[in-house]
Amino acid sequence: MLRHARSWLIGLFLASLAGHTSASWTINMSPGATEVSRSVFNLHMTIFWISVIIGAMVFGVMFWSMIMHRRAKGAVAAKFHENLTVEILWTVIPLLILIGMAIPATKTLIEIYDTEDADLDILVTGYQWRWQYNYMGEGVSFMSNMATPREQITNQQAKGEHYLLEVDEPLVVPTGQKIRFLITSADVIHSWWVPALAVKKDAIPGFINESWTRIDEPGIYRGQCTELCGRDHAFMPIVVEARTPEDFATWLAERKATAAAEAELTSKEWTLEELMERGQRVYTSTCVACHQANGEGMPPVFPSLKGSELVLNDIAAHIDVVVNGVPGTAMAAYGPQLSETDIAAVITYERNAWGNDTGDIVAPIDILNFKNGQ
Amino acid sequence: MSAVIDHHTDHAHGPAKGLMRWVLTTNHKDIGSMYLWFSFAMFLLGGTLAMVIRAELFQPGLQLVDPNFFNQMTTMHGLIMVFGAVMPAFVGLANWMVPLMIGAPDMALPRMNNFSFWLLPAAFGLLVSTLFMEGGAPNFGWTFYAPLSTTYGPQSTTFFIFAIHLAGISSIMGAINIIATILNMRAPGMTLMKMPMFAWTWLITAFLLIAVMPVLAGVVTMMLMDIHFGTSFFSAAGGGDPVLFQHVFWFFGHPEVYIMILPAFGAVSMIIPAFSRKPLFGYTSMVYATGAIAFLSFAVWAHHMFTVGIPLTGQLFFMYATMLIAVPTGVKVFNWATTMFRGSLSFEAPMLFAVAFVILFTIGGFSGLMLAIAPADYQYHDTYFVVAHFHYVLVPGAIFGIFASAYYWLPKWTGHMYDEVLAKTHFWMSFIGMNLAFFPMHFVGLAGMPRRIPDYNMMFANFNMVSSIGAFMFGATQLLFLYIVIKTIRGGKPAPAKPWDGAEGLEWTVPSPAPYHTFSTPPEVK
Amino acid sequence: MHDEGLSTGKLVKRLLLLVVGMFAFGFLLVPIYDVMCQAFGINGKTAGSAWQGSAQSVDLQREVRVQFLASNAEGMRWRFGPQDEEILMHPGETRTVHFLAHNPTDRVMVAQAIPSVAPSRAAAYFHKTECFCFTQQVLQPGESVEMPVRFIVDPALPKDVRRLTLAYTLFDVTERMAPSLGLTAMHSN
Repeated sequence: MLRHARSWLIGLFLASLAGHTSASWTINMSPGATEVSRSVFNLHMTIFWISVIIGAMVFGVMFWSMIMHRRAKGAVAAKFHENLTVEILWTVIPLLILIGMAIPATKTLIEIYDTEDADLDILVTGYQWRWQYNYMGEGVSFMSNMATPREQITNQQAKGEHYLLEVDEPLVVPTGQKIRFLITSADVIHSWWVPALAVKKDAIPGFINESWTRIDEPGIYRGQCTELCGRDHAFMPIVVEARTPEDFATWLAERKATAAAEAELTSKEWTLEELMERGQRVYTSTCVACHQANGEGMPPVFPSLKGSELVLNDIAAHIDVVVNGVPGTAMAAYGPQLSETDIAAVITYERNAWGNDTGDIVAPIDILNFKNGQ
Repeated sequence: MSAVIDHHTDHAHGPAKGLMRWVLTTNHKDIGSMYLWFSFAMFLLGGTLAMVIRAELFQPGLQLVDPNFFNQMTTMHGLIMVFGAVMPAFVGLANWMVPLMIGAPDMALPRMNNFSFWLLPAAFGLLVSTLFMEGGAPNFGWTFYAPLSTTYGPQSTTFFIFAIHLAGISSIMGAINIIATILNMRAPGMTLMKMPMFAWTWLITAFLLIAVMPVLAGVVTMMLMDIHFGTSFFSAAGGGDPVLFQHVFWFFGHPEVYIMILPAFGAVSMIIPAFSRKPLFGYTSMVYATGAIAFLSFAVWAHHMFTVGIPLTGQLFFMYATMLIAVPTGVKVFNWATTMFRGSLSFEAPMLFAVAFVILFTIGGFSGLMLAIAPADYQYHDTYFVVAHFHYVLVPGAIFGIFASAYYWLPKWTGHMYDEVLAKTHFWMSFIGMNLAFFPMHFVGLAGMPRRIPDYNMMFANFNMVSSIGAFMFGATQLLFLYIVIKTIRGGKPAPAKPWDGAEGLEWTVPSPAPYHTFSTPPEVK
Repeated sequence: MHDEGLSTGKLVKRLLLLVVGMFAFGFLLVPIYDVMCQAFGINGKTAGSAWQGSAQSVDLQREVRVQFLASNAEGMRWRFGPQDEEILMHPGETRTVHFLAHNPTDRVMVAQAIPSVAPSRAAAYFHKTECFCFTQQVLQPGESVEMPVRFIVDPALPKDVRRLTLAYTLFDVTERMAPSLGLTAMHSN
């Protein structure tokens, strides 16, 4: 029977070796893309091999006894027990091994804690259930939402290669520069983890945590939230896109221009007419398929907006539905998909079209505040 | 040891008849049996929830349950297994065996013993009822970190807190009882350093329980106050701190880990010598090692929190202290291996479980040592690597320890030998199922799969499927154990007073099944 | 039975006392933790009241960059941010910076700002002599306010710290504070 166990263990070992060729049989940590991640990988492998050697010795003794000292083979038990020298030896030797292990671990830890002299500061804020990135001092800030379509999650569509690990807007960073992350949360505790960078830090509401990285090569590095943060904990991935400093500078300039344009629209004083006109365009391109051009929808699946309680009364609830969607229904969350201006326009349109003459104006800044305040 | 066999079956205080025997019993054997049955029922319930988890994780995509329900499953699985299955099983074993081992007629506080058991069905009835409440059961993980469990918790959190209080009071009373029994009711001549290892490890465990269960009660009380009375212990908005929750919780939580393993250490330290027919290699060092582990367990809690951002000096302190725990744990493992060396080994079911315990627990210990290295922990923390680690110490650790104990003492409890072929089948199916379920979790964890997620990328799909198959196998096998136990109770080869030729201890000097009252006259221990 | 030790009654009493003691210890961990936090800057926590230390000599040889960050917690709809994103200062020097807050809603709201300093080991060297975070802020609908923080960076700040980040998170505590501030008349949303 023991032979069974052994052949099975050997089988598992061979299977894992064979698995090396296929990515989906990955059995080990990746060395990652930074100096720190490589140090961590080396620590991981060192302690692993120490464990393997000690394990081989201990299990060796056990298996030797199990094979050679069986009563069935006529083994007669020796009576020895209690030996102080042996006890001291197997206390002191492991202690020395551990001290040997603690030295490199301490060195790496000190390095990880050295957040000084960063070239770029990025504020990472966790929300239920997405990340916000703020390039400090650059005026660039955006939300990063999971981009995997719902149909893939519910198995109605084939899953893509980066299923659950893709976002609408990745965190773009330069290679070769020290990037400091300041990490916090707006609601519950999250944890920001990118395995290739060996950065994992909890995002704690009310407190700010620090971490840093310096990425060698351009590339896309994916990670996930690693602290249980509620229902959609599995669905708030992280994508870091490392570009060369030149490409990064270009990207940042473009992103600033877009942000400025958006901000201008957001801060602009809008009249009802302007919003209605823009809102109608958005409605026609985005909402009309379900809610129909006359706003009457197709009840009960797609509710009517004309004379609707929600549309006529509570503005905040209305904004909430459009920005966050209605879980379990066809109503998607448009917050991540449309600009603040478009959302404000379409909501204003819905509140004033088809005889819903509330006269309410919802300005882009209201949407922005709503999103920020969420 | 003199053969003190006291026959008291015709004693005036035989068991009462009917249901009230169990409701009002103060007999340590009855209460022990109830604890064991209760814990097995909870083991099956917690296991069923695990089957739901593994079924959802069988493939990528959401197939069976909503993510929120998935979170309720992981939370309830953890809570039920820790507080409902493992801890009561050890209390049950202690109730049955500690008086028999130390030559006491019963536990020191028999009426309290009854009460501490009957609190448990109340506690877990309450906890399980939350599954049917509006808003669902607790969904914040068994570690219930604030503010997810306070400001953002479901309505049922209050019931969860009350259930934890009840279970905690039960554990504390059980621990007081065990300490009082061990310290005050030993037979003449049974000095502390002559006590069987199981009594020793339970004595230390009981002190751990008394030290940390009140802290758990404190932390859930603080939660209750935050939720209902407007305090802000854990809410940053009111000047509190969510990280404080983690410190207080893990101040309880780490010793709790040892509470779940030390009694198994004790049982295995008795079973291995029995089936090696050779004394335990280092009894004294085993006792000291257990004490050292218990002592160190109070100084390592923040290794569960390496990623929350404690200062460098704190991080280093907790890293070194955690690595240090490997030393006494290593001493125990080396002692077990040396006990087997040059023995005369036979492999009945208790020995199979005990040997698997040593090997697989050691593997769990190695991954624990890896987790202690703080920089590496940044990569392991909250991934499936951690899930693999603690299932390796708890399933082949605590649970195999309980199975080994159950088979070892079943003849004493029932008066019948269990079916060895079925028991070996149970072992091999459990062993294979458990390794299939949990070994691949190391791989997906290292490859980057976070824990507590209902859905994952395809790169983790293969090993998750293997895990699920192993888990189903392990789960189904436990029904076989139920069958074996029932079969043994109902009949089978009559067991002699000492069914294991290498076994030592007072429990083997009384007939099998152990009479309702034993050691009414204390035995003489040389 | 043993007569060397305590009687069972006495033993149980002592154990119960230990239980009560440990329960109390659980609560005692709260102030212990606070003291530890302030001494070692765990979590980047800073003092909750004005610093009472004496004036310090300004270390003109050394410059420290201080960054200011502001963010809103869940449900907080104020616009909130620092006037300056960062300043350069000498350790020992007293500086004042302002944060701006605006309540865009149509109701009276109460906010509490929670400060946090990174790197956390610098928190113990960051002394605030005046801060809006010491009290709660009440803003009328549409009202704006400029809120000062006056602070000193201790010259004993470890030499390798060249940059400090002071981050405030603004929490909506309207509901919690409404009764005590007599704001019960407002409509809660």
